[in-house]
Parts: sequence; C-alpha cells; structure tokens
Amino acid sequence: MSLKPAVGSQDHVQGDDSASIEIVEYGDYQCPHCGNAYPIVKEIQETFGDQIRFVFRNFPLSESHEYAFSAALAAEAAALQDKFWEMHDALYENQSRMDDDLFEELAIQIGLDIEQFRKDFESANLEQRIEFDFESGIRSGVNGTPSFYVNGEKFDGGVTDLYQLLKESTE
Amino acid sequence: MLEKGVTAPDFELNATPDQKIKLKDFKGKNVILAFYPADWSPVCSDQMALYNEMLKYFTKQDAQIFGISVDSVWCHLAFENDRKLHFPLLADFEPKGAVSKAYGVYDDETGESKRALFVIDKEGKIAWSYLSPTAVNPGADGILDALEELNKS
Repeated sequence: MSLKPAVGSQDHVQGDDSASIEIVEYGDYQCPHCGNAYPIVKEIQETFGDQIRFVFRNFPLSESHEYAFSAALAAEAAALQDKFWEMHDALYENQSRMDDDLFEELAIQIGLDIEQFRKDFESANLEQRIEFDFESGIRSGVNGTPSFYVNGEKFDGGVTDLYQLLKESTE
Repeated sequence: MLEKGVTAPDFELNATPDQKIKLKDFKGKNVILAFYPADWSPVCSDQMALYNEMLKYFTKQDAQIFGISVDSVWCHLAFENDRKLHFPLLADFEPKGAVSKAYGVYDDETGESKRALFVIDKEGKIAWSYLSPTAVNPGADGILDALEELNKS
C-alpha cells in the first residue's frame, strides 16, 4: 500500500529533504497508542539524525476520541504561526489530561498570539485540511492509529518494529 | 468465497433484538458487508471503529454498511454502545454462521467469520470482494475504490 498523495509542500515536515529515510505518521492526538509511540519517534529522530525526515498527518478518530479533532485543530492553528511541532509535542506530552481547556493553555505556553489562535481554531479551512489528511489516509490504506509509511510504503508494524528495522538497515 | 459477478445470497439477520435486516430491501442502494471474527477487539486498530468514522464517505457513494459476526444481538448491542457505532451490526448467530457460510467466509476451526469484505451493487450483484488475513484490519481503501468504480458506470 503506498502513500497517496506523496509528501508535498502542504505537509508538516521535520528534517531535511535530502534525508534517505522518510517516515510519515498518520496519528490522532488522543489515541493512547499514538501517545506511546511519540517518545519512540523522538528517539528515532535523535538516533538517526539527519538520515530521517519525519512527517505528521492528521487521522483523528473523532467518534472514539472526543478531543481528537479539536486537538488536530489546535496543532493546525499553531502551524499558521509556525509552531506546529511545538503544539504537536505539547499535545502528546499532555495527552493524559486532554480536555477543552487544554488547547488555549498550551497555546499560551508555546507563545502563540492567543487572539489569532482563537480565530484560526474556528476556521473552516483548517477543518478541511484535517479532513483532507484523513481522506488521504483512507486512500493510503490507514487502518488504525498510528500508521506509519516508510519511503512512501505502508509499514506493517508498530513504532518499536520500525525502530528495530532502522537499526538493522543502518548498521 | 463468493467473487465478483455472483448474485449476493439474500439473508435476514437481526440487527437488534427486534429489528431484522433483509438484504433484498436494499436493492437500489450499494451495500457493504464487512464480515469480522468477533466484537471487542483492541480499540484504536479496530476495523468497525474505522468504518464508523467513514460513514459520510459511504453515504456520499450511496452505500449502506453492515458489520456481520457470529456474536449475538446482545453482544452487538453492548459493543455498539461502548464504541458509539452508528451503523448496524448483524448477528449471524442462529443457525450459527449460516450467512458467513453462504458467502464462503466461515472459519470452521475457530467457529467465527473470516475477515472479509463485499461490495454489492444496486442490482444485488457482488461487485468486489476481499479476504483479509484474520489478524490484519483491511482498512477501507478497497471499499472506496470499488464504490467509486460502481458509481462511475
């Protein structure tokens, strides 16, 4: 199963274009499995450094997770102020206490213009963007969260399997 | 398992203790049948939970989805309530697995339905079918592709 569409300018990307390994995660900020994967993804990024390019796409399971869609909105609103990754990280680090009040608290914590954040949070454009990510996930064969793609192909395993694979392939 | 081009065997199964679903009542609509082994599989990778998020995409393709397993109506009810599912789960319970058998997707060893997908067209013919390894959630990309193909013609 391959990634549709391929990573492009609309994506949130960490790492260099020249990295040899591109990892895409479809994730949900309230999904506990994604929460568990978060520190391991960080460790992968630290271990393999500029060999890795990491991309995050939204796949909120809104029916299962009450705050998943709002959390995705918060991260996308932060992206408009160039702080997507700060919000992404803060959401996972505070996943256990996620509720409606958390988003503004984190927005202040990471230094966003709060008036602008509130306005963007309500914007229909951001909603569409999240739905676009979700639909691209379905087309790419996402069957749960987190789902990972390595160099454009679906990786059938969890994040620890991914870490293991990378260790072996870079040895 | 039944393949493309075959007329989908009709059935009548309970969706709730007092509501029966007949396949033939859905002529004129596309129908998705998702056979699966059992209720109560792990949350985030759950196949039914994924379809639950996708109902508006199915509606857009003029399709109705049904989950089918050998669990009883009471088990389905508890599962639907717990997972807040907004589509019917049918109980292939008595005689056990009869519909799964008719579609060729009953696993005699485990006594459960296999993990299999069928897309049935508006005339009641199977337009697409897919058998997934039991441990693998097949996602929804194949279903959407099949529905789009149908609605193109």
